[in-house]
Amino acid sequence: MRKAITGHKAVAEAMRQIEPDVVAVYPITPQSEIAEYYAEYVHNGLVRTELVPVESEHSALSACVGAAAAGGRVMTATSSQGLALMVEVLYIAAGLRLPIVMALANRSLSAPINIHCDHSDAYLARDSGAVQIFAENAQEAYDYTIMAQRIAEDMRVRLPVIVNLDGFTLTHTVQPVDLLEDEVVKKFVGEFKPYSPLLDVDHPVTWGPFAMPDYYFELKRAQQAGMEAAPGVFLSVQREFSQISGRRYLGFFEAYRLEDAEYALVVLGSTAGTAKVAVDELRARGMKVGLLKPWLWRPFPAKEVGEALAHVKAVAVLDRAFSFGTMGALFADVASALYPLEKRPILANYIYGLGGRDTTVPELVHVFEELPKIKKTEWALRYIGLRE
Amino acid sequence: MKEIRWHGRGGQGAKTVSQILAQINIREGKHVQAFPEYGPERSGAPVRAYNRISDEEILVHSGVYEPDIVVVIDETLLDSESPTEGLKPDGVLIVNTRCSAEEIRSRTNFPGKIIAIDADRIAKEAGTGFPNVPMLGAVVAVLGTDYALAEAELREALGERLSEEVLEKNLKAFRAGYEAAKEVAVGRA
Repeated sequence: MRKAITGHKAVAEAMRQIEPDVVAVYPITPQSEIAEYYAEYVHNGLVRTELVPVESEHSALSACVGAAAAGGRVMTATSSQGLALMVEVLYIAAGLRLPIVMALANRSLSAPINIHCDHSDAYLARDSGAVQIFAENAQEAYDYTIMAQRIAEDMRVRLPVIVNLDGFTLTHTVQPVDLLEDEVVKKFVGEFKPYSPLLDVDHPVTWGPFAMPDYYFELKRAQQAGMEAAPGVFLSVQREFSQISGRRYLGFFEAYRLEDAEYALVVLGSTAGTAKVAVDELRARGMKVGLLKPWLWRPFPAKEVGEALAHVKAVAVLDRAFSFGTMGALFADVASALYPLEKRPILANYIYGLGGRDTTVPELVHVFEELPKIKKTEWALRYIGLRE
Repeated sequence: MKEIRWHGRGGQGAKTVSQILAQINIREGKHVQAFPEYGPERSGAPVRAYNRISDEEILVHSGVYEPDIVVVIDETLLDSESPTEGLKPDGVLIVNTRCSAEEIRSRTNFPGKIIAIDADRIAKEAGTGFPNVPMLGAVVAVLGTDYALAEAELREALGERLSEEVLEKNLKAFRAGYEAAKEVAVGRA
């Protein structure tokens, strides 16, 4: 059924259909409307979820960790500073291999106080051990929230999964979303299978034990194995989801008019949509340009990204956050992916859209027009839409 | 693709009607976006909301800078907000005002089509007090949307939050706005 709803509502609807055992949220700003909608579902008896309103985002994720270790299917949502406060516990969730699914309404981090969209919150959690997926629109946010459940819970992965959707641009914009039937979603995510749950008192286990120099390293290596298994699981979940939804999710990224492109852009999230319009405009003028939009950001599909960009003359990588003191994080990913190749495209790194700064089609057209003039890859940031 | 910009004040329901318009357009089988401009949210502060309506999938996620239609729910914003900025010269300006369209033209110097509607009076007569719904009716008329379809969606959207009595008053205000816009268009088509 097609509905005109916001990105927040789309994610809340996916959560309603998944109907986790526990949702723990901090119910005031910088929380999102996702928690508000979900609280309404609980209040109206649409779901049997135990909603735990806590006193901080740190506690929200802590409650999620406890509930997941106890044996429940657990979800939460956050944004910006909220994620910042959660990060300590996010590392613990990943280290304990707890399949918590979290929607992250991407918003800037203070200071200065801003509240608008950028990716500094997602970048903060980059090395946390959570799988991270980016959505271009509310439809993808809905679809990936459902897929995330299966990826997180796969026994080969067993890790928290973050579904990123751009704050305001997607979360507060009403747009068309095709919702699946409740039963279809329930069947797709299936029954939750707890692993050594704390509440199984006949089989007592310890969660979160000490691990000294003799074992810590091996446990972290095992966690990395979970990450390494995620791409394969991601692809098989995508395939299955494409079948039940009729929507096409094939691969770690969407390659838009990239096959014969001479110049390409790599960008996460909603700006990829705007970039498609720029690509179409330039194609109509005869310029061979294309786009690579990663869906899966962590783990980063380096080999596939390298192969997809190998034939391009120059690539602009757009980062919607600083990694202060070095190049953008996505740029570093793409550069690493291309390094093993004998023939590599020239790379340029653009920082854009911080704190909700709008990024327009003409600005992205300008980036494409600038690319042929760049003669070598340089350790220098460029900016889109910045007053200097 | 048609782009619309709404100018209102916090509490007048610009965002609400922009979202209902998106639901109406979806019912027509169109692709849509509706989004407000967020700043510090205070009652009475100038707010803007936007719609995009298209037969094709809408990929662009940037702001709206050159709208086809501008809707001014609060007349005082004509002076403080330059609502015709970027409005296409062959576009449509819809203003909630007691003035005539010609008076609005001389105040704004806008060369395109102007629709002057006394939405405050319509809302008062209908017993709702909110000018946003009659202005929505005017936009639906300008877009040429099927009236019955639009009314059915409005009934569903408002029915979730209003009593039957208040809903009927709103539908009356909606119809009056729709009819007025059909009658009073002045200037280029």
